[in-house]
Amino acid sequence: MSNPAGMPVLEPALGAKDQHMVINMGPQHPATHGVLRLVLEVDGEIIVRIYPEIGYLHTGIEKTCEAKFYHQVVPLTDRINYLDPLANNLCYALAVEKLLGLEIPPKAQWMRVLLAELSRLNSHLIWLGTHAMDIGALTVFLYTFREREDILRLFEALAGQRMMLSYIRIGGLSMEPPLDFLDRVQAFIRIFPEKIDEYANLLTGNPIFRNRLQGVGHLSAEDAIALGVTGPPLRASGVDFDLRRDMPYSGYEKFQFKVPVSNDCDCWARYEVRLVEMRESIKIIQQALDGMPEGAVKADAPKIVLPDREKMKTQMEALIHHFKIVTEGFAVPAGEVFQGIECGHGQMGYYIVSDGTAKPYRVHMRYPSFPTLQALETMCKGRMLADVVAVIGSIDIVLGEIDR
Amino acid sequence: MSDTKTLMGKTEVLEGLADHPAIKAVLAWNANALADAKFDFNELTLTIVPEEIRAACAALKAAGYNFFEDLTAVDWFPASPRFQLSYHLVSMVMKERIRLRVLLEDATPAVESITQVWAGANYYEREVFDLFGIRFEEHPNLRRIMMPDEWVGHPLRKDYPVEGYR
Repeated sequence: MSNPAGMPVLEPALGAKDQHMVINMGPQHPATHGVLRLVLEVDGEIIVRIYPEIGYLHTGIEKTCEAKFYHQVVPLTDRINYLDPLANNLCYALAVEKLLGLEIPPKAQWMRVLLAELSRLNSHLIWLGTHAMDIGALTVFLYTFREREDILRLFEALAGQRMMLSYIRIGGLSMEPPLDFLDRVQAFIRIFPEKIDEYANLLTGNPIFRNRLQGVGHLSAEDAIALGVTGPPLRASGVDFDLRRDMPYSGYEKFQFKVPVSNDCDCWARYEVRLVEMRESIKIIQQALDGMPEGAVKADAPKIVLPDREKMKTQMEALIHHFKIVTEGFAVPAGEVFQGIECGHGQMGYYIVSDGTAKPYRVHMRYPSFPTLQALETMCKGRMLADVVAVIGSIDIVLGEIDR
Repeated sequence: MSDTKTLMGKTEVLEGLADHPAIKAVLAWNANALADAKFDFNELTLTIVPEEIRAACAALKAAGYNFFEDLTAVDWFPASPRFQLSYHLVSMVMKERIRLRVLLEDATPAVESITQVWAGANYYEREVFDLFGIRFEEHPNLRRIMMPDEWVGHPLRKDYPVEGYR
């Protein structure tokens, strides 16, 4: 393997003991949640070093963004973290709106909060199902995917798409939600707390699941902060930090919710934190439903936001604006902004540099799984090989957002 | 966002935001390392001279900006200086984010690694090295991370085509 710039990957470290062995895990391995390749140096069954090899899903999305109009970037963002699609849209839209100085109508803001939380539930359900499956509790997967299907049906009713929604746009939402949408969300969150009890009933008291997670994958608060870990793994290490509460965006400051924190620092703590987070998300969705304001879902900015279809058929102005936006885009004032949000896996951030034209000069995405993967070695060192699978499941990585 | 004020240039920011903890920390540490500053879109950007970036990060870490959030680069080709590095730091106590900016010339862009301050900068510096070709001195393992090891060129540079063959 040609490797001029760094250390040899596939040989034991210099001075290592003779019995050290290097084994390969992935990129096609069911427990790596995507195409992650790990090169493991082991002493018997004890992990000595872990070297993650990433980049198998690298598609150069950041480069592609530079060749698109601002509104054409929205569908690209969906495909980065495909398990939490609306968080991607939201973060990008917020960043561009910051550059434009756009005011978003209250209904759009509340809908965004509601959808971001539904999207978080979707992400956490996939995490719970696959994590439990990695540990050997196959049943839970079927139950969590049952509820995930309910969420996907809601998404389908909303945007006509199940996964790649692109529903949150620059300046608001792409269209009004269907008339019965809020009732359907209400029906879903009425039954959902029982379903969480059902998962907890299957897992929390299960001695195999408990023994596989408790005391495994220890990550201290200092290490978590030093390595850039965010989201549930950070809060499971005892750091009380959540962007939704601490640096609120999109009107989160108007919602009451708790941020679960655990001081156990292990995989079990991450499991517990995420379960409580799901319950808190339901509270946020309920508040959003109860207080949903009336009004428009798009900002009043005809040169930026696409007009409604009906208006295009009756008003010449709307038709011209539509034509201009689609063919020429819209210019965004020069400057640079960074917008961070809390998605299902942790802190997401979009850094956008504009040179005053209709295409972004540079779009950079900060996704939580990328730095979290660095902490894998710290969490697994000195532990058994089988614990690597439990730890990967507990940090909940998505390779699409690592490689971008 | 109508109440956002915009301050451009070092003197204007130093006057307008004299009480800002990040500015106080940088001035107390080494006022000469601060090349430029701006405050727009409610975000503070401090431009640091390239030789001092690691020390600046250490000084700001001590001042409460404990979390390294992001590092990336911007290629201003064909302008000079060509490369801009943008570091984003967050203070979990003050609940605030700042941006450090470093400008690098074209010829052999290189800067000190900050992995000694935050180990988490490791992957980010590898990514910038891979996609922009900026070297980070004293980085523990400066290899390509996204592209294959034998790849030629740095895809996020502006003189690298979006379509077609290299």
